[in-house]
Amino acid sequence: MRSLTELETVFESPPAAGDPEAAAAELLQASEEILEHWITARGDVPGSDKREGFRLLALHRQGAKGDPSFNACRETCREIAYHYNLVTMRDEYSDITDRLSMMAMISRHLFLFISGKMQVAELGEFCCSAKPIRAADGATTT
Amino acid sequence: MTTKDKYKKVAYYPGCALEGSGHSYNRSTKAVGKALGLDLVEVKNWNCCGAMEVKNVDPKLQTYLSSRVMSVAANEMDMDVVMAPCNGCYHNLKKAEYDLKNDSESVAVVDRLSKKAGHKTYESGQVETIHALDWIKDTIGEEGLAARVKNSLSGLKIANYYGCMYTRPRHIFPEKDKGPGSESTSKPHFMDDLLAAAGAENVDFPLKTACCGGAHTLSDSDISTKLVLNILKTAKLAGADVIATECPTCHSGLEMHQIRAEKTLGEKVDIKILYFTQLLGMALGLKAKKVGVHENISDSIKFLKAKGLG
Repeated sequence: MRSLTELETVFESPPAAGDPEAAAAELLQASEEILEHWITARGDVPGSDKREGFRLLALHRQGAKGDPSFNACRETCREIAYHYNLVTMRDEYSDITDRLSMMAMISRHLFLFISGKMQVAELGEFCCSAKPIRAADGATTT
Repeated sequence: MTTKDKYKKVAYYPGCALEGSGHSYNRSTKAVGKALGLDLVEVKNWNCCGAMEVKNVDPKLQTYLSSRVMSVAANEMDMDVVMAPCNGCYHNLKKAEYDLKNDSESVAVVDRLSKKAGHKTYESGQVETIHALDWIKDTIGEEGLAARVKNSLSGLKIANYYGCMYTRPRHIFPEKDKGPGSESTSKPHFMDDLLAAAGAENVDFPLKTACCGGAHTLSDSDISTKLVLNILKTAKLAGADVIATECPTCHSGLEMHQIRAEKTLGEKVDIKILYFTQLLGMALGLKAKKVGVHENISDSIKFLKAKGLG
């Protein structure tokens, strides 16, 4: 598993144009690694199972266990898988470069969300940025 | 009574944001309702739904506050549908409805606070909470809307951005994912459907429900700016020249961080951000000012005039 800094470089760089399938595989791999970081940071071991043919989707499910706010990136993961399929089933599409560029943007969003959430755990919750303060105080009024 | 008839006259719950930063959403929602012959009756003496601060202090207090809005609509106004155009209000009212149906502790707290406040306790099922998208989609529909269009939105390429709270968590929206005709929680399409009926070309936008960092607009601006910038750039890459929104928090976040991205990161993304009600209003022949385009932070007036709108 590469470091977050190394992964950031992958997500900030334009995908290699020469071999779209290899570039899509690299983005998928890097997306899995950012999920591995999330799962590891929570004290769990990233699994090797697949869901709907993608380890990425299984890792997301693992990462969302006990943390519903992580579902804010569920559709982002599904879009990465969808775009991976679009790129690798290239015979059906002529706009392969656009599809790959789009996959890179979606993967970057996953990176930004998860790396942001590792700094501010409440990202993805609705308006709950003060929740740790409440939890620390143990305050309730009702 | 059919859903169509039921939604023609609804209790309107604008919520706090639509009285402030989202005023143009309030203005355009009312203007579109009037143009479509739909009746909005504002909830009397409404209060905050409990979003933001209250929810953080005590979630059950938020449930009570949302329940009071529904109680006023049901017990003091004899209404059976509450329409909330703000995703936060919509989400909180739906969540309160769910909690009051499934959590006896929430029921007890709401009953105690309602008695203390001197109004009838809201009981689960008394009203149905809907979003502005449901309201227009289920009363007028695509065909009805297309028949009323005076200025087609043709020539506009739109990325529809729903935000992450319109469909999440799925269990509080039991009416969604019911097959054809219902909204999808994974790929929402009601806004796409309505704007397409008004002539717009919707682009395939893969981040339509992605997090914009809205909850951290103030507490962690850098994360929000990066997330918003990526949403703007992705919409642009998808071919859009407009992002349509249906939530005041998302809308404000996109507009403010579009400016901040330019100032702090030196990245300018030339894309317009408009509420879907503003776009529909102009398609129905209303002037840009009538739907509050001048109240938006980002300036879209010249762009819209060039497209023959407003």
